[in-house]
Amino acid sequence: MLELNNVKKTFFPGTPNEVQALRGISMKLEDGCFAAIIGTNGSGKSTSLNAVAGSFMVDSGQIHLDGHDITKWPEYRRASLIGRVFQNPFAGTAAEMTIAENIVLSMRRGKTRGLGLALNRRIREEIKERIRPLNMGLETRIDNPIGTLSGGQRQALTLLMATWLRPKLLLLDEHTAALDPKSAAQVAVLTKEIIEREKLTALMVTHSMQQAVQLPHRIIMMHKGQIVEDIYGERKARVKVADLMNAFDRVRRRDLFDASVAEQVLPQFA
Amino acid sequence: MTLVIGAFTMGLILSLLALGVLISFRILRFCDITVDGSITLGASATAVLLVSGCNPWLATLGGMGAGMIAGFATGLLHTHFKIEELLSGILVMTALYSINLRVMGRSNVPMLNSESISDWAEAMLLKSNPTEKISILGWPVPVRDLAMLLTVAALVAFIGLLLNLFLKTSIGTAVRAAGENPQMIRAQGVDNRWMQVFGLAVSNGLVGLSGAVLAQYQGFADVQMGIGMMVWGLASIIIGEALVGKSTRSTGMMICGALMGTVLFRLLIAIALRWGLDPNDLKLVTALFVFAALVLPRWAGKIGRKVFGGRGNAGA
Repeated sequence: MLELNNVKKTFFPGTPNEVQALRGISMKLEDGCFAAIIGTNGSGKSTSLNAVAGSFMVDSGQIHLDGHDITKWPEYRRASLIGRVFQNPFAGTAAEMTIAENIVLSMRRGKTRGLGLALNRRIREEIKERIRPLNMGLETRIDNPIGTLSGGQRQALTLLMATWLRPKLLLLDEHTAALDPKSAAQVAVLTKEIIEREKLTALMVTHSMQQAVQLPHRIIMMHKGQIVEDIYGERKARVKVADLMNAFDRVRRRDLFDASVAEQVLPQFA
Repeated sequence: MTLVIGAFTMGLILSLLALGVLISFRILRFCDITVDGSITLGASATAVLLVSGCNPWLATLGGMGAGMIAGFATGLLHTHFKIEELLSGILVMTALYSINLRVMGRSNVPMLNSESISDWAEAMLLKSNPTEKISILGWPVPVRDLAMLLTVAALVAFIGLLLNLFLKTSIGTAVRAAGENPQMIRAQGVDNRWMQVFGLAVSNGLVGLSGAVLAQYQGFADVQMGIGMMVWGLASIIIGEALVGKSTRSTGMMICGALMGTVLFRLLIAIALRWGLDPNDLKLVTALFVFAALVLPRWAGKIGRKVFGGRGNAGA
């Protein structure tokens, strides 16, 4: 289970560029739950994901995962519990290393790495066996540099690598946003397949309302560093893209309302 | 013939340095200038050990260890004290100048009568051919030079194979990934900073080893001997990449390229010196060469586009 307790983060504090990216985020993600975070630009959705992944240390609040208090854990240590797929399809793999070498790196995620040869015949067979179901013909190319593959293929492999050892939590950061529509759809299907088969706990940031409605069990909507909607269970089953758009509109109108009220009220006090 | 043998021996010795630069520059993508200091450190540590009567192989190993410590220091300055990579290297290199003087106790340690790693091969050769010179293709070659060449060739082959194996181990692949994509390797649960420190230690260990052998070959260690060595290593790698193709990233090909590049570079230098190149100009020529190798491909691309590109003004 993932639990965030009043997590706050301010970037560039005390400067004109100060951004209150997270203003006290609290949530619980049960084991086996797949949740999507949606929100406007700058709402803090990617920031929440990065806070969990450990890309930066939060200012206050606690993060618990699988019974561990990981608030102070550095990024590489959290990786023993967390699998990640990034928005940039090139970020999750090392381009000049071969497919097999990249995958074998993920087979030791969170484990010690010694002076044994990374690849052997048995491991190579295992790799071929597990990338064959992707139906991309990659099993015959495992000694090619991974940089020779398309973005969609690389993202599919990154997803496979992130889940090769079953993670306690899978983090997906708009992982289909940079792909062409066809690859995006492929990767989205693969994501759902893997998460369902392995019964993974997953947190996905997405821009696509379509995706948010179709893939996950739960939708968390963020705005200005806070969670404004949390849709799960019965409600999630009935929610449509239009409902989400309405929810966005409501949030936006409230912003406008705040601003216009301030404008009206200001002369009386100034 | 002596010239060719000399160039080959020197090339092989410096190819150890090139392998070190290959690790830092190409694999870790870390512009590590510690090299200029750590090659001298390797040489001076070995020289002092040899003069005090240490076993030559142990002394060589000592030089390598000293180099590793220097690389470790540079890595630590960069990763844990957040000093820019170039500056970390400069700091350690500068500090090493004084350390080298301390190690040697003066600026130059001659070791004409000390043992060296080639003694064993020399004894073997003398046993089978008890004259001072051996004839190769009709040219008389001093046994001592031949022994050194054979020893160095065996050592370089061994180190090259070992390095290739290392880069394919679990930790070796992690080091390579840390150089190419730190974000990715962190997501796989590896502290990329320690991989960088470790890689730099291995890199400068090879450089120290190169210095250790170099000192035994030329018969002395000198506090000035490291100046410009990093650029030499770079030039060797660039030549090597021209030989095996830059696109290839298989570890074996990278290592072979660096080895062949260094030997070829030394041969070219030997020929240039023979033709009357002033030895004082050597470093200038090397620097110009590296400059050209870095810039010309870009220009060539631009000119190529101008001449053959579809802008329509090429023939006008």
